[in-house]
Amino acid sequence: MFDVIGISSRNLSRYRRRTLLTLLLIVIGMVAVLLFIAVAGSFKSMMVGQFTDSVLGHLQVHRKGYVASIENLPLNLNMKPAMVAKVEEALKHNAAVETWSPRVKFGGMFSNFAETTSIRINGIDPVREAATTPLLPGRLLEVDKAGALVGKGQIVIPVLLARGMKTKIGDTVVLVATNRDGSVNGKTFVVHGILEGISGPGGRDGYIHIDDARDLLRMAEPEVSEVAVRLKDFSRLGPVEAQLKQALEGMTNKEGKPVLEVHTWADLSPFASLARMIDLMTLFIKIVLVSIVLVSVMNVMIMAVFERIREIGTIAAIGTQPSRILSLFLAEGLMLGLVGTVAGTVISLAAIYGINLWRPTFAFGQQQNLVFAFGQQQNLVMAPGIAAGDVLTIALMVVVVAVLASLQPAWKASRMDPISALRHV
Amino acid sequence: MSLVRADSLTKTYRAGDIEVPAIKGVDFDIEPASFVAFVGPSGSGKSTLLNMIGCLDHPTGGTLKVLDTDISTLDRRAAARFRGDNIGFVFQDFNLIPVLTVFENVEYPLRMVQEWPKDKRYAQVMRLLDAVGMADQADKRPDQLSGGQKQRVAVARALVSDPKLVLADEPTANLDHDTAYRVIELMKKMRDEFGTTFVFSTHDPKIMGEAETTFILEDGRLLPAGNKEASHV
Repeated sequence: MFDVIGISSRNLSRYRRRTLLTLLLIVIGMVAVLLFIAVAGSFKSMMVGQFTDSVLGHLQVHRKGYVASIENLPLNLNMKPAMVAKVEEALKHNAAVETWSPRVKFGGMFSNFAETTSIRINGIDPVREAATTPLLPGRLLEVDKAGALVGKGQIVIPVLLARGMKTKIGDTVVLVATNRDGSVNGKTFVVHGILEGISGPGGRDGYIHIDDARDLLRMAEPEVSEVAVRLKDFSRLGPVEAQLKQALEGMTNKEGKPVLEVHTWADLSPFASLARMIDLMTLFIKIVLVSIVLVSVMNVMIMAVFERIREIGTIAAIGTQPSRILSLFLAEGLMLGLVGTVAGTVISLAAIYGINLWRPTFAFGQQQNLVFAFGQQQNLVMAPGIAAGDVLTIALMVVVVAVLASLQPAWKASRMDPISALRHV
Repeated sequence: MSLVRADSLTKTYRAGDIEVPAIKGVDFDIEPASFVAFVGPSGSGKSTLLNMIGCLDHPTGGTLKVLDTDISTLDRRAAARFRGDNIGFVFQDFNLIPVLTVFENVEYPLRMVQEWPKDKRYAQVMRLLDAVGMADQADKRPDQLSGGQKQRVAVARALVSDPKLVLADEPTANLDHDTAYRVIELMKKMRDEFGTTFVFSTHDPKIMGEAETTFILEDGRLLPAGNKEASHV
């Protein structure tokens, strides 16, 4: 094996410029892919994190049919206390769940005594909500008392509403809502905070205490519209979703169908398609890398075989087995792949490290008219990182493709007739 | 016992519907440790005959036994193994591997064909380089050598795995007369030293005179041949 590698490395040094050019192509491809994965991954994580950690949570549990009608925020599809208890029991027994937050969601009218407009409200337990969506307190642009998200008798309103209604911290406002029986109720609140809006579902909602929501809606029992769930490890989203579905499917209606449903953030946010698009772009970039490696290595190996036909005839004549000739050329491809991979990985990791030291910032605010508006949050820090698994996958892919690209020329060399090869001019 | 024995050996090439006979029923014996030349003009069938003796090509008819092995029974892999174990080759154009040093070129059959351990390889390669007078050039690359030096290295490579038979197709064609003569002398010396049978082809009248046994080929047929004195050269 080492003999084959030794001879093959000598053969690669025969045309140094060509070998270096091929290596350069592989390295550039590797660096492009790894940097893209790192930066796009960072952007995707940041984007997904904005949705999950400030509004949606990682998972949500609803009563069956609620999500299909979520635009109406249907009060008749709230979960009854028995359902909530079942959900909480399932969440308690799942070790992957970090915390959860029950919400009562409804639509109502917001009045500052001079003007009235519609508003979507989340009734929340402020402590549990802050634990489930830890970026939510950070979206408070103005707050009258640091640390508290919202208390009883208080309301946090979205900034666009505050501006439009000329409402400020400390103002008294009225919320009017229709309960599930059709009767209307109103309640006064003091504006406690102004909340930055973000795109996506729930991104421009107001917040009140869950007890106030139930009081306003005159709930006879503590119903819940949804339970937002935060996991300890976001990467376990799929398995945990499956586990929760299994745990909750036991609760059925009279027809024997499940009454609860579990959705991931991706099911609830249209921006999941953007995340999928990033994954798709990553796939295309990988395909480009494969093509670069395939074409460059195959080209160099075809040339190598063509230029060494007499030499192949010589080594075949003196008794070199066809399999050994095959391995000589495959080893050349393998080494091109390995050296290119190592160099590409080192340069990529150094570049990623450099970007993290540099810490470039990007404005995703609405004023910048960017497609991806994350509210008015400025100076989000791009911190690209790449998982060891991604590096290994790409490296393995490059090495395998390099060997595969060498296969046809190597096979041709191994099958060459020694007499014809020796006669080749 | 003959080292090489041919009975009614024929070789016919086919080009489309046309059959081109290259060897037309020849019989010969080559004894161990002999120094044999196949001579004849271009196209007489010398290279075809050497290719068949070297298990690089199969006969169309008759039998050809090398070391008691009927070479027509050998498939591609078995033929390669047989060549690696028993036959050394010296080529007209030397055919040294340009990226390897003199030492590595001679070492190649032991390293890549017979897979000798490294320590044993070194001693054997240096023994052969010493025998051909190239030990002091061991670290040089082929492009740093003269034609005669290259052919000396090629002879060392052919002998390094202790083959029973060395085949040399026009080994002196690319050398000036003095150098050619010295290469033939070297081959003869190696035959004497190692007891290896040397079979070479040539059309150089001065070189063919150095053979102890000469077979004259003409248009694929062997003319009456015998020892050096008996041959009509």
